[in-house]
Amino acid sequence: MTCKEFLALLDDLIDDSVTVEMRAELQAHLGHCGHCEIILNTTRKTIEIYRSHEIYDLPNGLRDRLHAAIMARCKEGC
Amino acid sequence: MATIQSIAGELEPHPDVALVERVRGGDVSAYDTLVRKYERQLFRIAQHITQNREDAEDVMQDAFLKAYEKLDQFQGNSKFYTWLVRIAVNESLMRLRKRRTGKMVSIDDDIETEEGSVPRDLADWAPDPEQNYGQAELAEILRKTIQGLPPGFRIVFVLRDVEGLSTEETAETLGLSIPAVKSRLLRARLQLRERLSRYFRKKKGLKETKPKEAKPKETELGETGMEK
Repeated sequence: MTCKEFLALLDDLIDDSVTVEMRAELQAHLGHCGHCEIILNTTRKTIEIYRSHEIYDLPNGLRDRLHAAIMARCKEGC
Repeated sequence: MATIQSIAGELEPHPDVALVERVRGGDVSAYDTLVRKYERQLFRIAQHITQNREDAEDVMQDAFLKAYEKLDQFQGNSKFYTWLVRIAVNESLMRLRKRRTGKMVSIDDDIETEEGSVPRDLADWAPDPEQNYGQAELAEILRKTIQGLPPGFRIVFVLRDVEGLSTEETAETLGLSIPAVKSRLLRARLQLRERLSRYFRKKKGLKETKPKEAKPKETELGETGMEK
């Protein structure tokens, strides 16, 4: 397996949607390719960081105000 | 195990279905529950697309009001949340269009870039690299980095990886094919990884300091080091 072939399957590996056979091939490639191992690990980390950090927070005060406005309009029949 | 879960999932209707039915029957308090459940997600999605806080506030309100008005059109063959997200994405794109004085804005804008499709920065990251930054500084880095992605990549990444929609739901929400979602997701992930490497890569020596501004050419490697 080449790095290009590995990259084409990177998302499937990350999303755990590869067959057992394919996973074995990907693991075999990782066993001798440090670059692809770094790409896999840092891509996983990229996703994890974005998933675990709220970068657009909705403060409670604003949330309550918007919520009240929505519900007031709904009660009036919009 | 997966089979058992999926069978159980088919038998048990999503809790939102009962809430939607109650709203249809005139129970506004059930809609209050739905709004509370999804307002943060809708606000985040709108902010990611419009990149403007006031627009995101308007989009969130308009999306919930539109969904309420059109609840009879909700078929129930997709999740209520996915249906809601589709409305919010369309509202966000309309808002962007208004800001850009009528210029068409679509999720296909600027997707022809090749940036990041071949990884160039192959340096490993420090363990727990986010620990090197304060919370506000980290949030700013993450915001700036994702804002630099073409909108068509950004939306797919946000829906799939941040908000947890499946590939199929993302495709349905955005009106894209599944291969298109997969291709955009891979490129979005690789571009973000590449850009974050500037901040998170292992320090080589004591003289090296945190980058103040992302300057791609300085940190990219000349040779990719990848096998063809």
